[in-house]
Amino acid sequence: MDTRTQNVSLEDLQNIVGEQHAREAAAEDAIDGVEPRFVAEPGSVEETSALLKLADGAGLAVAPRGGRTMLHLGNPPRELDLVVSTARMDEVIEHVPGDQVVRVQAGMRLGELQERLAGSNQMIGVDPPEERAGATIGGVVAANSSGPRRYRYGTVRDLIIGITVVLADGTVAKAGGKVVKNVAGYDLAKLFTGSLGTLGVIASANFRLHPLPEAAQTVTVELADTAAAGQAAQAVLHSQLVPSAVELDWGEDARLLTLLIEGVAPAVEAQAEMASFLLKGFGEVRVLSDEEAENLGPLEPAGGSAGADEVTVKISAPLAELTGVLDSTWGACSRRGVTPRATGQAGIGVTYVSLSGGDEEAKVQVVEELREIWVRRGGSVVVREAPAAFKRRVEVWGPVGTRLELTRRVKEKFDPRGILNPGRFVGGI
Amino acid sequence: MASKRLIDQMTAILGPEGVISEREQLRSYECDGLMNYRVVPDLVVLPETAEQVQKIVKLCHDEGIPFVARGSGTGLSGGALPVEAGVLIVLSRMRRILEVDIPNQRVVVEPGVINIWVSQAIADEGYYYAPDPASQIISSIGGNLAENSGGVHCLKYGFTTNHVVGAEVVLPDGSVVDIGGGKAPDAPGYELLGAFVGSEGTLGIATKITLRVVRKPEAVSTLLAAFKDTEEAGDAVSGIIGSGIVPAAIEMMDALCIEAVETAVHPGFPEAGAILIVELDGPQAEVETQFQQTIEICEEAGASEIRIAEDDAERALFWKGRKAAFAAMGRISNDYYVQDSVVPRTELGAVLKRISEIGREAGMRVANVFHAGDGNLHPLVLYDNDVPGEAEKAEDVAGEIVLICLEHGGSLTGEHGIGKDKMKYMPKMFTTDDLNVMQLLRCAFDPHHLCNPGKIFPTPRLCGERPGPFRMHPVQKAGLAENF
Repeated sequence: MDTRTQNVSLEDLQNIVGEQHAREAAAEDAIDGVEPRFVAEPGSVEETSALLKLADGAGLAVAPRGGRTMLHLGNPPRELDLVVSTARMDEVIEHVPGDQVVRVQAGMRLGELQERLAGSNQMIGVDPPEERAGATIGGVVAANSSGPRRYRYGTVRDLIIGITVVLADGTVAKAGGKVVKNVAGYDLAKLFTGSLGTLGVIASANFRLHPLPEAAQTVTVELADTAAAGQAAQAVLHSQLVPSAVELDWGEDARLLTLLIEGVAPAVEAQAEMASFLLKGFGEVRVLSDEEAENLGPLEPAGGSAGADEVTVKISAPLAELTGVLDSTWGACSRRGVTPRATGQAGIGVTYVSLSGGDEEAKVQVVEELREIWVRRGGSVVVREAPAAFKRRVEVWGPVGTRLELTRRVKEKFDPRGILNPGRFVGGI
Repeated sequence: MASKRLIDQMTAILGPEGVISEREQLRSYECDGLMNYRVVPDLVVLPETAEQVQKIVKLCHDEGIPFVARGSGTGLSGGALPVEAGVLIVLSRMRRILEVDIPNQRVVVEPGVINIWVSQAIADEGYYYAPDPASQIISSIGGNLAENSGGVHCLKYGFTTNHVVGAEVVLPDGSVVDIGGGKAPDAPGYELLGAFVGSEGTLGIATKITLRVVRKPEAVSTLLAAFKDTEEAGDAVSGIIGSGIVPAAIEMMDALCIEAVETAVHPGFPEAGAILIVELDGPQAEVETQFQQTIEICEEAGASEIRIAEDDAERALFWKGRKAAFAAMGRISNDYYVQDSVVPRTELGAVLKRISEIGREAGMRVANVFHAGDGNLHPLVLYDNDVPGEAEKAEDVAGEIVLICLEHGGSLTGEHGIGKDKMKYMPKMFTTDDLNVMQLLRCAFDPHHLCNPGKIFPTPRLCGERPGPFRMHPVQKAGLAENF
């Protein structure tokens, strides 16, 4: 145990959040094997502010926590004393359907929010797979989670319109607002998107909403090889189809490119027909039934089913390089006895690859080789999920190029004592 | 006046044709599109390469001289207003389209490239660049980036920030960084690009910008509907949005605006209390279905006339009328003050009513033209500069309007920016803590407040750097090193 935590007692925390909302941490609260001393669940922005002020004064290392679905993201913590959970801050603050905007507290679960919005035939256009596991709004923003529909709606950065944050020193600040079109002041909501809790604790966020599509069809094509995958994806991208998702599913038993088409019924019908016609030249095309679409799971990222030793990486590359991404991955793996499986957003340039089989050394080499290739071509290879031991060998984010120093300066300004999630972000931040 | 030494140093970087130091010539840069603020810069420099920009900024940094970047100078909030005793860096000579990469749906440009050139360069490939501010035939991509420009089609396609995917930036200390992923998505690290776009030139100068371009839609349908008043037209807007349609654009003009436009560009608009232009685009079957629905909604709301653009020429005529609205005001009033503010869509009716009351009480005419789909109002307060006191009165009315918008849950600005113009209202929308935290970002990028100082924030925050004037490194002072 760290000596710093001696300065703060459980009682100090309970005085802020109430007796039943702060406790000694248990083994299950560990992040990558690093166990905190305490867990506190503030019920308000004010309590969050008081907690952070206390932690900052005492130099406690703090990890903000939402639905615990993405705690595996990032490097293992350099230090960890206090987990601040947003679980109790789980209310919708405001939803005016006519404005297509929602303001929501960070601890609200995305799935629950989507259900409520569906009552007004609306949705947030973010569909990360973690939603099913109970991801919270704050977590989705902090981890910049995304899913298949990003092809159509973009990612959190494109949909978030306002934010309230609590900085390490307890300062509460907001940016943006509750209107979609707004250029007053710096866009801190975007800055906090994907910052993995290293700049402050997200207390609430505001989003623009989209109408829920009334109909959907899924069209899938079975492809012969990686060249066909690249060509089929390009054909879709340069067509006038407007799918919600263009997903890849590539492995031993699947070689599929799948289009999710959503909208008004007659248009979905017509687009599915056009898509089938377009894709026929690349392989066998099927229009899936709803149940099949659910069960086939071509839209499921590889990370969802990760086993204990499995390593999942996310390869970001220029979107015309799909064939190259697959070939380089299979090449790097086959030489080392590792079995890859890939899914991802073929229309965006994001491929998730899970690596199974082979020993740790083999997987380390695969990641390093892929990183060498794709960083050079302007992309990145991020380790999304891996055993802590693996992450101690391979820095999970990879290089951030010329912007490392600026990144450090931003961190120093927002969290000068470095108490928030130390060590987990890029460049050791 | 700039010192001879500074002029010589700049001339060494740019050559004599890239430096303007004559008072009379400097005067043509004294303001941007917002003409009621004027400051003559000490020096204007016109770089042609990113390397020159880097050297200029480094020199300014080392000498502690503030600088302001300017594109085409069409901004409407004074964002490119020069600072006294400062250098104005004009980027309009950096206007090369560096790369067109259709397979990756990207175009890479220099900051001085004019917005419309991007779409023109890729039109034959069936692509276009979506953000289309009314100034697009003259405004630059660098300026669009700084202001996070919108446009009539941003309701569906988003703003500049949703279409800029990478930038090479010269930071205020003269260092160069690449932010954003560029051709690949999801670059690891902070979303610095999202914070940089729309920062109104206060965080650095973009010298190379990567844009996402989009495929032209299969079908486009546009209609123009006439209504008794803005309330009726507003009902139609609510009806369309409420039915789950996401139009490419919904624009509204009131009677005064229609009159001005009709006098100026003769689009043949019907006589009405309000006009809506609604455009839908996308897959043919979707547009057909939803266009029919849109017509029905307009009819139900009481439209007295609905015109459907039969071809591109007629569509262009509708838009010509809309895009000429600001300029057309000159036909019915000597001067006008353009306001830009936002309200939640459901508050539109109430706010429009208040605006007309405010105008009536002040004895001023207020014309309304706005992006109805996203609640972005552009009230135009008409006045006559030759009548003493009218200009001030117009500004007061415009100020009152923006405060009404805030009261209704809106924003100070939807697309024109805070700049110099609206600094004083920032504390009405944000707390001191909000503004201080925003300025933490400023301090990370520009600790010495050299980059477009005196904009956005009414009370500049100290960055905790060493107090007193900026001091040059001794090695540089001795002339031993200029750039390192």
